[in-house]
Amino acid sequence: MAFALHSPAATALEGDRSLRAHRLTLVLVGGLLLAMLASLAIGASGTSLWQALWDLARGEELELRERVVLWDIRLPRTLMGVAVGAALAVSGATMQGLFRNPLADPGLIGVSAGAAFGAIVAIVLGGLLPVAISAALGYYIVPIAAFAGSWAMTLILYHVSTRKGRTSVATMLLAGIGLGALTGAVGGVLIYIADDAQLRTLTFWGMGSIAGATWSKLFAALPLMLAALIATPFIAKGLNGLALGEAAASHMGIDVQRTKNVAILAVAAAVGAAVAVSGGIGFVGIVVPHLLRLAVGPDHTYLLRNSALLGATLLLVADIISRMIIAPAELPIGIIMAVIGGPFFLWILLRRRGLVDM
Amino acid sequence: MLSATNITVTFGRRDVLHDVSFNAAPGALTAIVGPNGSGKTTLLKAMTAEVPHDGKVLLNGTDIDTAKPWQLAAMRGVLPQATPLAFPFTVAEVVRLGLMNGTSGGSPHLVPAALERVGLSGYAARFYQELSGGEQQRVQLARVLAQVWEPMHNNTPRWLFLDEPVSALDIGHQLLVMQIARDFADAGGGVVAVMHDLNLTAMFADDVALISDGRILAQGTPEAVFTNTLLSQAYHCAVQVNTTPPSGTFLLPHVAQA
Repeated sequence: MAFALHSPAATALEGDRSLRAHRLTLVLVGGLLLAMLASLAIGASGTSLWQALWDLARGEELELRERVVLWDIRLPRTLMGVAVGAALAVSGATMQGLFRNPLADPGLIGVSAGAAFGAIVAIVLGGLLPVAISAALGYYIVPIAAFAGSWAMTLILYHVSTRKGRTSVATMLLAGIGLGALTGAVGGVLIYIADDAQLRTLTFWGMGSIAGATWSKLFAALPLMLAALIATPFIAKGLNGLALGEAAASHMGIDVQRTKNVAILAVAAAVGAAVAVSGGIGFVGIVVPHLLRLAVGPDHTYLLRNSALLGATLLLVADIISRMIIAPAELPIGIIMAVIGGPFFLWILLRRRGLVDM
Repeated sequence: MLSATNITVTFGRRDVLHDVSFNAAPGALTAIVGPNGSGKTTLLKAMTAEVPHDGKVLLNGTDIDTAKPWQLAAMRGVLPQATPLAFPFTVAEVVRLGLMNGTSGGSPHLVPAALERVGLSGYAARFYQELSGGEQQRVQLARVLAQVWEPMHNNTPRWLFLDEPVSALDIGHQLLVMQIARDFADAGGGVVAVMHDLNLTAMFADDVALISDGRILAQGTPEAVFTNTLLSQAYHCAVQVNTTPPSGTFLLPHVAQA
């Protein structure tokens, strides 16, 4: 970043907002670090991060309770919040660039519907699995099924909408509506035959939470989310080019099909993994890129990384609120996100009415 | 050199272009004219690898159907008829998109230079979507110019493909844009432009291809192609060509009452 601030491309040319975007990145990094500290410090148990750090600094051993709360509960939960928030926000920005529509979200390539379907199947029919398998999968059966469902759905839609090496995103969107209706219907049948406990599990899964974060869940999901966060900046120019349409992007030297492939694979991996470990958390993918576009413009070379930072921060803040608001119990984070995100989004739309159709 | 041979383009069951062969030389402004729906834009899109086609297109000896997008982008810029934009980019940001292939040296200072060239200095910080159609068209031309800023690059000509570049413009800006195309050709680059205005074509083009019903009726100098017979045949109406005295080269097609 420091390098970028001094590169010639960042000198303030009229109408070029990249310098502002670089500065915003610095601010967002600071905000994320603060949110991470707060997430480590705040919790129902009353364990003090500062006391623990002070003890460590004096060379004293941590109490077992402190170690468990900070190291096994709050730290993986904080890192999971960062990863999931970043993955959802970057995936939203990528989908909006690919579909050339500020309201697009990963649901358009079937990830969410597939994950939900996988989760329903696992929750309702998981008991029918042979004991050996269900014992081996344990708590992970729902995340694994959700991830498998999201990938299966995305791959089917990709296959349907690709002819002669060209993928039509419009066909993908329409096929997604068709296949989504089908999985929704089958999911509806499963919900109908589900018992009360299963319905409750399902409902809470749909609201989303990162409360169950553990190191092993984090290590399973992080590589996929990280891969997407690393891959998407390589298609930032391609997404910029696509803003002028596929033909114009190609004429400017963009390999349009490769841009689409990377975008779809990265989003399927990141959102599949994020939904698998945290359930349905909405709004991050739409609100975060939208806010950043209003602040510093739609250039994806900095929109993607700023989205990752702001998405992570927003999710952490929502998670902190979710553990404080009815402490010692917790509200599902999806509810907090909707309560923050919904009115905020409406306010933005009302304030900048002229920009809605862009 | 641009050479397209035996180009056939089929939409559904209909041949939009039927076995068309077309050449354009660097250092010249080559215009493609013809009535609506005759296949002008389709020919341009076939030659820029935008629509699937039979036949072969060689640009500076490179087969455009096997070349990579970035190889083509280094050789030629393409200005479409109209370019909708998905997000609120500023004018400067749109023009900068033309630099991303890096073949113009990528200096961001080309952005103000390109805007000045199309008469849009002072527009850099405006939002593209708030401009008029004619202004947007010139912003897009600036973007394309930024992409292939030098008409000759490593002793190889570069190309401008322009699809009705002046259709949204007033007469002053029509002359400005045609002069930009003329200058690009005079500096050694190649220009292929789909044109509606036959007078402007007669004023600026070195070479004209007249298309009708998916076939090339004639290709040659404006004087050779703009004859009463050929134009009447192509446009399916009576056309009277007058030569105005001062230059002797200015042709005025006049549509006579049937």
